[in-house]
Amino acid sequence: MSSIKQVINEAVEKGKEVYDKVRQPNPIRLRDLIRQIRSAKTAAEERSVVNKECAAIRLTFREEDSVWRCRNVAKLLYIHMLGYPAHFGQMECLKLIASPRFTDKRIGYLGAMLLLDERQDVHLLITNSLKNDLKSPTQFVQGLALCTLAAIASPEMARDLADEVERLLKSSNAYIRKKAAICAVRIMSKVPELLEMFLPATRNLLSEKNHGVLITGITLITSMCVQSPDTLDHFKKTVGNLVRILKNLVMAGYSPEHDVQGVSDPFLQVKVLKLLRILGRGDGQASETMNDILAQVATNTEATKNVGNAILYETVLSIMDIQSETGLRVLAVNILGRFLLNVDKNIKYVALHTLLKVVHQDNQAVQRHRTTILECLKDADITIRRRAMELCFALINPSNVRTMMKELISFLETAETEFKAVCSSKCVTAAEQFSPNTRWHIDTLLKVIIAAGNSVPDDVVACTIQLIAESGEAEQQYAVAELWQRLSAAPLDTQPLLQVATWVCGEFANFLSLVGGGVSEGEVVAVYQRILWSSQCSAVTKQYAITSSMKLASRMPGTNSLVAQMVSAYGSHLNVELQQRGVEYTQLFTRYDSMRGPLLERMPPFERSRLRVSQDAAAANAAAAAAAAPLANGLHNNNNNDAVAAVQAPSQSDSNALLDLLGGLDDSANDVPVQVKSAPLPPAGTGSLNSDILDLLGGLGGGGGGDSGGTLISRTVNNGGILDTGLGSASNNLLDDLLNNSSSNLNNSTLANNTINSTNSLPVSTLPSSDEYGSLTIYERNNLRLVMTFQRQDSLTTITLTATNSSTSCNITDFLFQAAVPKSLQLQLLTPSSTSLAPAASLTQFIRVNNPNKAVLRMKLRLSWFADGVKIEDQNEVNNFPPALWQY
Amino acid sequence: MQFMLLFSRQGKLRLQKWYVAHPDKAKKKITRELITTILARKPKMSSFLEWRDLKIVYKRYASLYFCCAIDQEDNELLTLEVIHRYVELLDKYFGSVCELDIIFNFEKAYFMLDELVVGGEVCETSKKNVLKAIAAQDLLQEDEAVEGALREIGLY
Repeated sequence: MSSIKQVINEAVEKGKEVYDKVRQPNPIRLRDLIRQIRSAKTAAEERSVVNKECAAIRLTFREEDSVWRCRNVAKLLYIHMLGYPAHFGQMECLKLIASPRFTDKRIGYLGAMLLLDERQDVHLLITNSLKNDLKSPTQFVQGLALCTLAAIASPEMARDLADEVERLLKSSNAYIRKKAAICAVRIMSKVPELLEMFLPATRNLLSEKNHGVLITGITLITSMCVQSPDTLDHFKKTVGNLVRILKNLVMAGYSPEHDVQGVSDPFLQVKVLKLLRILGRGDGQASETMNDILAQVATNTEATKNVGNAILYETVLSIMDIQSETGLRVLAVNILGRFLLNVDKNIKYVALHTLLKVVHQDNQAVQRHRTTILECLKDADITIRRRAMELCFALINPSNVRTMMKELISFLETAETEFKAVCSSKCVTAAEQFSPNTRWHIDTLLKVIIAAGNSVPDDVVACTIQLIAESGEAEQQYAVAELWQRLSAAPLDTQPLLQVATWVCGEFANFLSLVGGGVSEGEVVAVYQRILWSSQCSAVTKQYAITSSMKLASRMPGTNSLVAQMVSAYGSHLNVELQQRGVEYTQLFTRYDSMRGPLLERMPPFERSRLRVSQDAAAANAAAAAAAAPLANGLHNNNNNDAVAAVQAPSQSDSNALLDLLGGLDDSANDVPVQVKSAPLPPAGTGSLNSDILDLLGGLGGGGGGDSGGTLISRTVNNGGILDTGLGSASNNLLDDLLNNSSSNLNNSTLANNTINSTNSLPVSTLPSSDEYGSLTIYERNNLRLVMTFQRQDSLTTITLTATNSSTSCNITDFLFQAAVPKSLQLQLLTPSSTSLAPAASLTQFIRVNNPNKAVLRMKLRLSWFADGVKIEDQNEVNNFPPALWQY
Repeated sequence: MQFMLLFSRQGKLRLQKWYVAHPDKAKKKITRELITTILARKPKMSSFLEWRDLKIVYKRYASLYFCCAIDQEDNELLTLEVIHRYVELLDKYFGSVCELDIIFNFEKAYFMLDELVVGGEVCETSKKNVLKAIAAQDLLQEDEAVEGALREIGLY
């Protein structure tokens, strides 16, 4: 018995010992922990210090020790900053917040802001503590609660605590009032319908003397105006007050409390300027009220320091955005011109950024600074170069295209890879728009392809080929000479150049004998062999080359046997596409030699089909397509031999794809989800949608059909296949699919930026250029950005709407865009490319506006979507469309 | 302002303040990405970069980088002034502030920021008012500390 007792006693003793060892009576101080961690020499050592401390902290947490809780949470926050997990401290933060001691609350709220965010379930618990603290008699406790609420409020918290915040917004204490105003901003952004509740409390905010309350009050009013157009109207009457506030700031003498390097409260000035901009936008009367003060700020602000330039920058933005006088606008652009010459990179960047915004309103004024802008292309800073490049493209016009293009091509040569695709596409568009003659145009495109190397998007290759195919013989001869030189000397690692060169040299092989002293057949075959056997060339390049060699053989009969040899070797190539080509072409050399000549005839120049409303064109295209179908079928019926069927596969499957497309279209023609708003479209309107798609298809058929057996055609067939499936589900995805196919090497973001450019340069659908109208950001709130770009054909404007999810984590679903235009216009909304947006993803939607009366284009928008399951609705009015859309 | 980061030249995070909710993982990714990008930039480059859909404004003070993410419509130049104001406040509070002050008193640096910027918006433009508020709150803490000590020895 006694031995059992002894054993138990011993065990208890041991347990106590172990317990004492693990449990440190006094946890080490924050300062000492930081010192310990900093003295760790290796990452592993640091980890072991942190792990040991975390274990100790967990233990004291478990013991519900309230004496050391504050110290432990503080240590945990440091550990958290180093990147270690610290979520087990969340509950402890809440306990600290609930403590009556200010020290505990201060650390508790700090921890809550760092460790909790909107998504945490612990919010229910924190809401209660916040509610209590918002009622605290100590202003600093109230301040802590407000500050935390403003940083981490979720929609539920916003709803639960809005009343308290509204009460504090009317508090007599400025310290509380200013923080409550920011809280109100956060609450409104989480739960938009709570806006009304804060409206009465804003009445006195603008007559406030305290700058803290004034600046937060203006922030609150600004976000109200941005959020709701009705509220915007409500606040129009405050323009006078705002002008007075600004005037007082500018005119008042030196006040040490708010002075920043000789400027009186720049933070407040910028806030006022921003609100004035929002109130004056599209409102002549309001704009007039603020004209004088804007002029005053623009002329009186000292521009030697960053702080003065910050104000000038904001002033320029306001002047350009409201309906200000011409003189004032000139003043604003001149300020930007001065910015451009500034040695400070930041100011230079801001100038380029802003010029880019205003270049479409005032091109002439910006043109004056062209030389300086071109200089910026050579800047060491990538951000500045990008801005300068965009601006340069916006500045190109027929009179300066030669010099601008020269500069841009030399920029392209040395540019980073990320620039090359975008820049080369833009060069192509600009060249097409402004080229003085075909020779120059061909030269430019070739230079672009050479300069951009492998970063050239596919559409640039297609565009160049199209241009050469449809130009005159002299130009073709010139192109052959130029490209032969490149082809025979070029390294084999620049695919786009090789593709263009092989296509042209094959198609126009008859000109090869005229190049220099004449190129011998042996030389030509040697070059082709080099490409076809090289491991550096991509499969696509080889596809171009193998088809080109076939054409070569039919134009230069002396090369027949060598080409036949090369081609037959491809009959066993690993790449299916190339193997198929090899087998097919071998058949052409053997059994169907008689058909070889006619099949490899020179292609007729591609027809450029434009998006036209004309129904005749559509009808003609439909007829052409219908005519192509039986032909293909007939061929198929006549030849039961598989191999030959394969030879014809391109043309046949192409027309089948075409038929499928048409079929798909017919099926869906009735249920093409077209939203007609505001004014019902005449029947011709819906007709025009179909005809446009037909038109596109016509282009596809025309481009492909002519090139029987060409390489291009295999691409077209591929396109057709994908299109086919795409069409089954949504016929309007047509354009997007085309775009995706033709520039699949572009990543999504460049694609989004460039959608229009690629459309322009696609041979299948050459649209009139969009650059002249620029792009317009019509909406930018709630993590959603909507940008419009325009194309106009007579009275019909096609608007490409690109919606981008600008958040980094939130998923947008069920995106719905609705729009209305004035009665004299007709509006048609096509189905968007998607209705959901992952973070940073974009979708496009085409909008057509028919404006036969050349009325001023305005648009009311209604948007709705679910952001991570939370429904957001918003509306907006767009009044700043480029006037060139109806003044022509 | 969407968030603010302070980090050292060695890429160590010294302070992070988020005004827009992100999961912890996303925050770490963003932080890592920005620190690498900014540290790779040369001193003669501008203080701005476009990153995702945000504008990043950063400035180096001695061994510390101050970096803010702002929305498209926000004023970059003024954001530089906000950063500068914050540095001035820290300087006044610590008396010629250095990185070590911020490491060992990181909570104070947070408190200071919370008096200047609330919910991503500047809420006080007077340096004096910010320092006054901080001093008053520090005093509250000191009183509590004294009270605690007195209670411990049974005098309260």
